[in-house]
Amino acid sequence: MSIRHGLLALLERGPMYGYQLRAAFEESTGGAWPLNIGQVYTTLNRLDRDGLVRALAESEAGQRPYEITDGGRAELTLWFATPIDRADRPRDELAIKLALALTTPGVDVRAVVQTQRTASMRMLQEYTRLKGGEQRPADLPWRLVLDAMVFRAEAEIRWLDHCEASLVRHTPIPSQARPATADEPASHDDSRDESGVRR
Amino acid sequence: MNPVLELRGVTRTHGTGETAVHALRDVSLAVAPGELVAVMGPSGSGKSTLLNLAGGLDRPTAGEVCVEGASLGGLSKRQLARLRRRSVGYVFQALNLLPSLTAMENIALPLELDGSGPRASRRAAAEALDEVGLDGLGGRFPDELSGGQQQRVAIARALVGERRLVLADEPTGALDSQTGEAVLRLLRTRVDAGAAGVLVTHEARHAAWADRVLFLRDGVLVDTAGPLARPEDLLESAQ
Repeated sequence: MSIRHGLLALLERGPMYGYQLRAAFEESTGGAWPLNIGQVYTTLNRLDRDGLVRALAESEAGQRPYEITDGGRAELTLWFATPIDRADRPRDELAIKLALALTTPGVDVRAVVQTQRTASMRMLQEYTRLKGGEQRPADLPWRLVLDAMVFRAEAEIRWLDHCEASLVRHTPIPSQARPATADEPASHDDSRDESGVRR
Repeated sequence: MNPVLELRGVTRTHGTGETAVHALRDVSLAVAPGELVAVMGPSGSGKSTLLNLAGGLDRPTAGEVCVEGASLGGLSKRQLARLRRRSVGYVFQALNLLPSLTAMENIALPLELDGSGPRASRRAAAEALDEVGLDGLGGRFPDELSGGQQQRVAIARALVGERRLVLADEPTGALDSQTGEAVLRLLRTRVDAGAAGVLVTHEARHAAWADRVLFLRDGVLVDTAGPLARPEDLLESAQ
């Protein structure tokens, strides 16, 4: 999540100080990504250092508003115009977990899939309940954020359905692949086939 | 609260002997007034069979289906037809609107078949049209309405009168996501007003409008309303 670009977009509306920026950010995104005020000020300092925003004179109440510079405006335009690169997203723990569940002896993979699907479905129901109420035009930005979560949860559930269908056709990995334990030392005779290749 | 729909140990087998197909195996389910239950599952998992049994369009091989406390197996053909007209509303993917009747007439038809006078039927149909946001379009024929509007007419027809049970089979069919969502909101609103609903869908986004989501796998129901599996249930070696 780019807080940097989020703050630039908000400052494009007009000068704001830290607490205003935090409130405006959370309002636009329905509180889906809470910001702490420290993150806001750290980001403002970096934006200032890079010449993308400029600190204005402190108000009587001691609040220092910031305004966007021409450089900041150019950076913001570039951000809106550039597609998000999904390749740099964090590792997908669920995909890794399922891949490992399949190759780890003693794990009921179908139960893992079903448990995840139930949890994802409940999350999806929760998002849908949030959408359920009155539809006011002012809520559109937040509804779009909510829809993003809805569609992502749906994609995950579809993928889990697909995994389950694949599992039906899958032959479990033979139990000889079970790792050796202290009271059951691995026997070379048992764990290697005739060609001597470990299974 | 007494359930509007109850399935007790329902099994439905098509064919006999080695070629027998078990569409449903020992399925039990209760749907209360004000409750919307979604049934998800891949094609051939028994979703539509479940809906047909719930609406009395098919009979179980074993077990019992009750609508408003009446066991469907104990009803005569005539009683069953009456129950279907009065208590049960269907929304199908294929809308089954009669092309030679206007939207209003399509909605009023089940009431008239059930013995309501034309005037009372039309009044109820007008209210139902109003409720689905189509007031003023009652005089149009189905082919003069958009896909979304036709689906709303089908929903109004399913909900007109005192229907206590609404059965919907992929009601958002080929509609775009916005129109599909409007249809689900409508269904949700009617169920919140006191009907019981069963929604069959393969889309999680749509199922999420329900209070409970059931997964149907090879004719067996898995209820998500129950507690999540404990970690030890997921490890075969711990059993």
